Amino acid sequence: MIDIQWMIGGEAGYGIMTTGVMMSKIFTRLGLSVFDYVEYPSLIRGGHNAYYVRGSDEKVYSQKKTVDILVALNHETIEKHKDELVPQSVILYDSNSIKLKNEFSKGILTIPIPLLDMMNDLQIDHLMINTITIGASLALLYDDFSLLQKIMQDTFIKKGEEVVAINTKTSKAGFDFIKEKYNGVFKKKFSLNQQSSLLMSGADAVALGAIRAGLKFAAIYPMTPINSILTKLTQHALSYNIIVKEPEDEIAGINMAIGASFAGVRSMVATSGGGFSLMVESVGLAAQTETPLVIVMGMRPGPATGMPTWTEQGDLRFVMHAAQGDFPRIILTPGDIDECFSLTLRAFNLAEKYQLPVVVLVDKYLMEGHATVKIDKLRLENAWYRIDRGKIVSSAQLKGIKDFKRYILTNDGISPRSLPGQEGGISFSGSDEHDERGLYNEDADMREAMMEKRFKKLKTLEKEILVPQVYGSKNAEITLIEFGSTKLPCLEAMKCLQDEEININVIHFSWVHPFPSKHFIQLVKKSKKTIVVEGNYSGQFEGILRERTGFVPDDRLRKYNGRPFYPEEIIAKIKEII
Amino acid sequence: MTTLKDLEINYDSPNWCPGCGDFGIWLSLKKAIVELDLNPSKVVLVSGIGCSGKLPYWVKTYGFNGLHGRPIPVAEGIRLANHELTVIVIGGDGDQYAEGGNHLLHAMRRNVNITLLVHNNQIYGLTTGQYSPTTDIGEKNKATPIPTVEPPLNPLSLAISAGATFVARGFAGDTILETNLLKEAIKHKGFAIIDSLQPCVTFNQKNTYSWFYERIINVNEKGHDPTDKMKAFALSEQWPLKKASQDDEKEQIPVGILYKEQRLSWEEGIPQIAKMPLVKQLRQEVDINSLLDELL
Repeated sequence: MIDIQWMIGGEAGYGIMTTGVMMSKIFTRLGLSVFDYVEYPSLIRGGHNAYYVRGSDEKVYSQKKTVDILVALNHETIEKHKDELVPQSVILYDSNSIKLKNEFSKGILTIPIPLLDMMNDLQIDHLMINTITIGASLALLYDDFSLLQKIMQDTFIKKGEEVVAINTKTSKAGFDFIKEKYNGVFKKKFSLNQQSSLLMSGADAVALGAIRAGLKFAAIYPMTPINSILTKLTQHALSYNIIVKEPEDEIAGINMAIGASFAGVRSMVATSGGGFSLMVESVGLAAQTETPLVIVMGMRPGPATGMPTWTEQGDLRFVMHAAQGDFPRIILTPGDIDECFSLTLRAFNLAEKYQLPVVVLVDKYLMEGHATVKIDKLRLENAWYRIDRGKIVSSAQLKGIKDFKRYILTNDGISPRSLPGQEGGISFSGSDEHDERGLYNEDADMREAMMEKRFKKLKTLEKEILVPQVYGSKNAEITLIEFGSTKLPCLEAMKCLQDEEININVIHFSWVHPFPSKHFIQLVKKSKKTIVVEGNYSGQFEGILRERTGFVPDDRLRKYNGRPFYPEEIIAKIKEII
Repeated sequence: MTTLKDLEINYDSPNWCPGCGDFGIWLSLKKAIVELDLNPSKVVLVSGIGCSGKLPYWVKTYGFNGLHGRPIPVAEGIRLANHELTVIVIGGDGDQYAEGGNHLLHAMRRNVNITLLVHNNQIYGLTTGQYSPTTDIGEKNKATPIPTVEPPLNPLSLAISAGATFVARGFAGDTILETNLLKEAIKHKGFAIIDSLQPCVTFNQKNTYSWFYERIINVNEKGHDPTDKMKAFALSEQWPLKKASQDDEKEQIPVGILYKEQRLSWEEGIPQIAKMPLVKQLRQEVDINSLLDELL
């Protein structure tokens, strides 16, 4: 079995991110299942960046703690990550800037590469030293350079043949260096696969899902960790005729999206906690006017600016309760890259069918991490998807109506809407409580009727609620309960423990509001010992479980240091209690 | 032909205070729609909060009444989704010049093709008489027991410098002027702002109808050329005054079109909607296979 984690570390500004994604592509084309993840501080140049890429010939769900190939562009990388090395790990390091003492003896192989000298020989800017290391890394794993040549072509062709040529030449120098001096030192053997997987970040998946769902308008103010959604949508805005606007602030963004949706197109916003704080008032506006809206919310540690480039699951309660008043909304919590795609597709249909705000709650870990996704699965999902715009009246239907009532009381809670411009559909939508015509109304009976109408939607949409998914055996000794991206390290931990014949399973929530109470109670009945795993201090998810079902878990594991869970930490916790 | 009757809703009527300036603006807006023969189904009135914000309730066109200070971005979204609609934003001085100032600034810079009609009564009426960004310096009222030390914001000089391409001042007491300004503003391609002087008969005892009648001067009748930006700017600076005025001093208040310029509108610069509005582009199937291939 192959299970290998490669890592590159160095100062920001040396192309660490590009190199990381390229390594993920190499692994993907070698036929491995890949997960990658990047750590960096909130600055443009300097600081310490670390990019982890894990690949295996079995399915991998998350990063792991141990590093098999460490690429160190500076000494700090070695200092920070030496504890992650194990016997047979390899360190590729820049011997021009790093002098190693005899600190690695226990079977760790150190390979010095004079990166700066090589760059001088090639007469190429030293900022490209990362490119030598990608060639050198490939040489450890695989004999044929053409694999990387192709990736260089695909990655840089948009910037021109010259950029492709420089990158190919530089990485080839790294490849040749290793082949000449260190051929065969890394024992694992790889073969090229049939390319049945593609490499996607969570942000890619959300953007592609939105495009597939018929998105026509997005207003996104840049904010980590959703910037890549903005980039991806912008790249394809012209070919798909989507307007992507960068508004003056998040308040403008959500109001523009509400306006566009009111006028009849599918629209979305994406932001993080700080931006969502600004949007909160208008979440209520969308709810009161029953305007469909998709909000992608990327969590990072808060409050205030918090730790802008790190990850956390601390905003669950915030999105659940955001905005004054009492109104229905839906919160989806994708757990992996596949779900980022499929739940974004679903979010747009839910928003239009039920005319309410739908939050797709993601986080930095998911948005900026990449993983291999099976093409067939994506193509299938893509082929199955049908855009359902819900109750929009046709011009023919309007011909028979004398006085159109936008908020007519219905049994399912959903009132058909007309779109501005439609003859005979003139209507009024407002932030005030209103009667069936939309005219503000403070009558007690009308208020009751309107509140009940809106909340009837929850009954109507019950059939759409995604039941928590059980992974692993039905009868396990230990059950991990989680939501969102914590799914990944939990599944990884489960896989490792199953190898040790410890019987655990995972209950994953990709839909948390309205809470699937009945389903959960049925599922958890079979559990013997339960642990809630979540990425926040106060146990927001555990609190919701208790509040909605009365269920109290046996134990809990929480993390709030800005890092995602490592499967090793979950395994340690489980071993502690069995 | 659209008539005033077509714009009437038959189940409610305005509940502004008797004599409120909003009535004059309301009538002028309906007259402008009729005289331009706009199809009410193709008109959207967007408003925020305050007495002005209620206006769309009482005109039979499409209407959206949003949150305080936020009607402009809603209107921008509507225009981008369907630029065949005539979009008119109705706000007050609090709505536009305080709470929504940031959106106003950027909408003018963008030259989005909407008409902004500001009911400027220099006071907060619906919350019973606090000062607003356009209250004169030195005024006293229930929320400012000592005279205000803040000079009023000058919406017209702000608009000219921020890039608005149609800048006018109207007066609720002159519905002929107001109707004409609205017609010109709606026809204008780009961002049009009409700051409408609007007496609040309940809370503003200073800026009354008669106070305005004594001071307003129609600059267009006096031969002002609205394409002269420097002259327009000078006129805009004439009122409101930056310092407290003496009681016997009668400043002149320019009304009419102060400034007008032809510039590419926001929507015209967006290739995605060059052929047809976004709302008419909806398809059931969207093929993303080529995007998936890129990720291989």
